[in-house]
Amino acid sequence: MMATTTIDAQAGLPFIDISREFDAPRDLVFRAHTDPDLLVQWLGPEKYEMVIGEFEARDGGRWRYVHRDGDGTEYGFRGVFHGTPTPDLMVQTFEFDGAPGQVALDTLTLEERDGRTTARIHSVYQSVEARDAMIQSGMSEGMESGYARLDGLLARLVPVG
Amino acid sequence: MSDQLSAVFGALSDPTRRAILARLTEGDLTVAELAAPFAVSQPAISRHLKVLEAAGLISRRRRATARLSHLRAEPLRDATEWLARYQEFWDERHRRLDALLAALQADQQERDG
Repeated sequence: MMATTTIDAQAGLPFIDISREFDAPRDLVFRAHTDPDLLVQWLGPEKYEMVIGEFEARDGGRWRYVHRDGDGTEYGFRGVFHGTPTPDLMVQTFEFDGAPGQVALDTLTLEERDGRTTARIHSVYQSVEARDAMIQSGMSEGMESGYARLDGLLARLVPVG
Repeated sequence: MSDQLSAVFGALSDPTRRAILARLTEGDLTVAELAAPFAVSQPAISRHLKVLEAAGLISRRRRATARLSHLRAEPLRDATEWLARYQEFWDERHRRLDALLAALQADQQERDG
């Protein structure tokens, strides 16, 4: 069965929780998150070119990358690692160049079971409004694959079996 | 996002409530009918219905002694569109990570084998 991403955004709380299982040991999933040569192959939206400016996965290390669309428009993001990143705990800030000062704090944990790894991201925003704005606009730029219709969405949301 | 959309998000975050909404797409149902497929009590279902009603996702009316729940789809649209787009964003990203992890493991096996 195709693994699906679980996204939890409770009303009135400035958090987003995202979890996903991968068919790979966690050291490999960790490498895919910390090696810029690997990160560039999956993190960007498909239709965009992703360019990593700097990426230092260490305590106090900075990262910066841009997504460039077909028209050459760039969307830049940056952040700083807090604490030495490990498969148990990877903490970093996340900031969109278009909204400086609006900073999210992302905590990633990787848990391996029977050779499969569950990645969990807990994102903390400065306010519920900032969290909602992120869901509403920040991540949907250039996603013109069409809106899901109500029926289809409900069908997908209902657990099968 | 308005307070109501925020309430819709909250209401949709629970799998039982999503299942209730899905069942109501086929027609109005009583609390007893809604509770039947779930391993939870009718009072627990009633609490879920209150959350859905507060979010504007259902309306309720009386039929004799029973209260019927009715799906109101309109308030769902904005919130579900946002969630669906955000979900697509992450699904696409994670499908690419799946492919990368598979390729890395295949390389590793080739080197080991």
